[in-house]
Amino acid sequence: MDEPDTEPPLVVVPGADPSARQLCFAWGPAEVLVCETLFGRAGGSRCRRRSRSPSPSRPRAEGRAGAAARALTGSVAGTGEGAPSSSRVFVVRRDQDIYIQTLRKLFNESHGIFMGLQRSDEELAGKSRKAQLVQVSKNYRSVIRACMEDMHQAAVSTRDPALQGQYSTQVSILSAMELIWNLCEILFIEAAAAGPLLLRLLDWVRLHVCDVDSMVREVLSSESPSKHKLFWNVVDIFVLQGRMDEARHLLSKEASANPTSMTMYKILDDLMKKMPVPSLGNTQTLTELELKWQHWHEECQRYLQDGTFASNPHMESICKILLGDEDAILEKRELMTTWYHFLVTRLLYSHPTVKPMELRFYAQSSMDLFLGGESSPEPLDMILMAAFEFEIHQVIKECSIVLSNWWFVAHLTDLLDHCKLLQSHNLYFGSNMREFLLLEYASGLFSHHSLWQLGVDYFDHCPEYGRVYLELHIERIPLSTEQKALKVLRICEQRQMHEQVRSICKIMAMKALRNNRLGSALSWSIRAKDAAFATLISDRFLKDYCERGCFSDLDLIDNLGPSMLLSDRLTFLGKYREFHRLYGEQRFVEAARLLLTLMTAHIAPCSFWMTLLTDALPLLEQKEVIFSAEQTYELMRCLEDLTAGNPDKQKFQDDDVETTKVEMLRLALARNLARVIVKEGTVEGS
Amino acid sequence: AMEDVSAKFVSQKISRTRWRPLPAAALQPPDLFATGSWDNEDNRVSIWSAGDLGNAGLNGEYHGEPHLLCDIQHNGDVMDMQFLDQERIVVASSTGTVTVFRHHQNNQTLSANHRWEKAHYHVDQDTSCGGAACTGVVCNNPEIVTVGEDGRINLFRADQKDAVRTIDNADSSTLHAVTFLRTTEILTVNSIGQLKIWDLRHQRNEPSQIFSLAGDRVPLHCVDRHPNQQHIVATGGQDGMLSIWDIRQGTMPVSLLNAHEAEMWEVHFHPSDPDHLFTCSEDGSLWHWDTSTNVSEKPSFLHQGGRSTAYLSHSTINQSVVSAWLSNDPTKDRMEITNLIPNQTLSVNSLDVLGPCLVYGTDAEAIYVNRQLFA
Repeated sequence: MDEPDTEPPLVVVPGADPSARQLCFAWGPAEVLVCETLFGRAGGSRCRRRSRSPSPSRPRAEGRAGAAARALTGSVAGTGEGAPSSSRVFVVRRDQDIYIQTLRKLFNESHGIFMGLQRSDEELAGKSRKAQLVQVSKNYRSVIRACMEDMHQAAVSTRDPALQGQYSTQVSILSAMELIWNLCEILFIEAAAAGPLLLRLLDWVRLHVCDVDSMVREVLSSESPSKHKLFWNVVDIFVLQGRMDEARHLLSKEASANPTSMTMYKILDDLMKKMPVPSLGNTQTLTELELKWQHWHEECQRYLQDGTFASNPHMESICKILLGDEDAILEKRELMTTWYHFLVTRLLYSHPTVKPMELRFYAQSSMDLFLGGESSPEPLDMILMAAFEFEIHQVIKECSIVLSNWWFVAHLTDLLDHCKLLQSHNLYFGSNMREFLLLEYASGLFSHHSLWQLGVDYFDHCPEYGRVYLELHIERIPLSTEQKALKVLRICEQRQMHEQVRSICKIMAMKALRNNRLGSALSWSIRAKDAAFATLISDRFLKDYCERGCFSDLDLIDNLGPSMLLSDRLTFLGKYREFHRLYGEQRFVEAARLLLTLMTAHIAPCSFWMTLLTDALPLLEQKEVIFSAEQTYELMRCLEDLTAGNPDKQKFQDDDVETTKVEMLRLALARNLARVIVKEGTVEGS
Repeated sequence: AMEDVSAKFVSQKISRTRWRPLPAAALQPPDLFATGSWDNEDNRVSIWSAGDLGNAGLNGEYHGEPHLLCDIQHNGDVMDMQFLDQERIVVASSTGTVTVFRHHQNNQTLSANHRWEKAHYHVDQDTSCGGAACTGVVCNNPEIVTVGEDGRINLFRADQKDAVRTIDNADSSTLHAVTFLRTTEILTVNSIGQLKIWDLRHQRNEPSQIFSLAGDRVPLHCVDRHPNQQHIVATGGQDGMLSIWDIRQGTMPVSLLNAHEAEMWEVHFHPSDPDHLFTCSEDGSLWHWDTSTNVSEKPSFLHQGGRSTAYLSHSTINQSVVSAWLSNDPTKDRMEITNLIPNQTLSVNSLDVLGPCLVYGTDAEAIYVNRQLFA
């Protein structure tokens, strides 16, 4: 278990002034709300307001990991300037890089790689699994590189100096991210063994440290390259990076231009050519290499002591470098620019068979020697040092503090976790580090207007809290169009998030209802199987019918299909419409039977019985007798039930129109009964 | 054939991709397409060059990637988009507005040529009148038909300020898509699984025919009709199912084909080779449905990447095999189905096919161009 940091980093919220007013906080999933209260600071006075020095009373925003808080940015909501009495709310976001347009490419493309990794086959045997993981790592890096190039292009093409500065900063951040990732790939993911390890580190240095190619072009394109002022610099850089063939090629120019140094050149060239290097294959053992290297080393030593190169200080210094002379190498400090270049050069010429676990000693001493106490290490130096020390957790922690995004640590940690390098590590707040970082990253995505869809898949791969986070976040997605609602709904349905499905459908159904789109409203409640809401909408349909005397949205009601069974009211609506259709088609007997069933089977709500009985009137008045005696009795019982059982009897009787209606119905029923008795009697008698 | 696909991440979620139509006598493959974005704070309509056909450029470099020619800000999500002609493109917005943009090819700019504000709208209970998303647009120059969440159908003319015809409350549920059946008739699909034919010559505000899915009324999201055999119509539903309808007979689909695992957003017959059909879905897949029975019978242009005989109508060939779409069991032996995107995770919102070229756009903020569909 990790201890919480004792000293969480400070967060300065631009515009908030804790020395004047007390601030209050509310934590959200992706942002913090900071609010100025009405309470003044005890003992604080107005004149301290503009004080910029950190005072002991300044509040500290404590990130849950402690490491998180440096990545906060502030933005002010509400009024502020020139209104000292009004309180302001600050929205403090935890991941500012999410909002950089050019980085969206990084987020989207790496999402695909991330998903591929989650799907990848864990069962693959050792070697091929490792190759697979290294490939994933390389894919991530190539995305960073592509993004860096885009950003570089943007910086070059823009005329706005502020924007240019912003882009350049991003380029250097991306470049640092790639540098760290590459080193982690070599040390942790590929876990290169002694021998190949040095080759990988050389590649790493060549890829990232000082671009020598433009300098070479400049030298080679001059009239006499060996006279160029940068000639020896370029040769030295090649030697320092172990690029022997290129160094020898350049040296040959010097030899042809300067015949007096031919002998000397030939000897040096021979030494450089013969230098033993580790091989990637299994062609030689480490012992063989060490033996060869020893012989070669002694040979170099001999020539140096002979004074073979005494007349040419440049060649002499190269020979010293080949011998791993620290002072000679350090003299070229300017050409190496960084301590880790120095480290790798030093290893190349003194310890070519360095083992992974020995790296830490050389790394520490190289940094000390290189910086020479003149400058203190920067955060990037500390991160690389932690990597050389194989302190994976330290690397991740430092990166979390320094970088202004969660993208890097989340993806790197996930990959390292797939390499089974982080297993035993639990954090004090519950989930493991991989999950914690993924949750933070995905929360950032969800706070973004457009990138929220990417966040879903990350939450899916957080076994502990992913689901809860997704549930909390998905409810905050604004449902601006039906299309968007359908997409959100699909996400919820696929994950059996019934609560959210219901709530989305209800929101959409309410919206449709407000817009008088009863059909749409109904299809939303059918999708959520929300019977109560379907009833509500059916009542609206029926109310409309009662008011207007005709149905709206017939295309829908006529085609309810099985969804009619969702709610009793909907069933009634469908059946009642069917009655009207039958009546319209003059199928009176069927219509009458259906009408009666609606009441006797209690499909119709009581409040609607009067309407149904009134609908029976024209059927009772038909020339031909429609209702049988039995049906007529049932109709009468319905009418009596309605008038007797009505709780508003008083009101009912007071209502003249209603009374007349009841009287008319009674009369019509009695007449129908008389006619049907005659008719049935006649039929049976004959 | 995946190597022939070039991708570009564009930092905006793509809702629509459309090839610019080719001039009648053109022999070369399409080179320009338009995209629309959705769910951004700042949505855009963009015109892209598809890049070289895979030929080496002057400097010997490969210009595979599509590159942006010009773009313009668009108010609201782009819900649908259709080229009116070579230069003008009609865009449906989630705000209910329909805009005609003009692409000026001489200086590569886009400008708003004409706009019908709030062509689709809700009449709120409390007087106010809010825009309703315009979900579909179809053009048959100079006529433009739009449908929306408001259940309204509008008929515009590119050069007229006011709508030629409006059918208010044409549908009580949301209309998701529209296409022309014939010059005077349109097809619409809605959110309760209905396919309707409307005859715009009739003044009656009711459909001339209603078809619907049996059983659960699964919403239909997209519709296309066979380019040569106009009675054959394909629709895609919320459950990812592909339905083939014969509008000469019955009220139910002729065949239901299991396809995607989520909403089918678009379905398109290949315009010049309708034995081929393409569908894309929320589940992140894009399917190629091939009913051409025998590989050797394929028209020759398909193998040549669109040179020589491209885009001649092959109706004679189609006549013989077209029944494949209407046969009772098309899956058995005559149809070959290929998923063109095996590992995609986010939705493919749109696709368009023209000649040997396919373009599609995703919620993963990428556009893809495949220039050798049938290779």
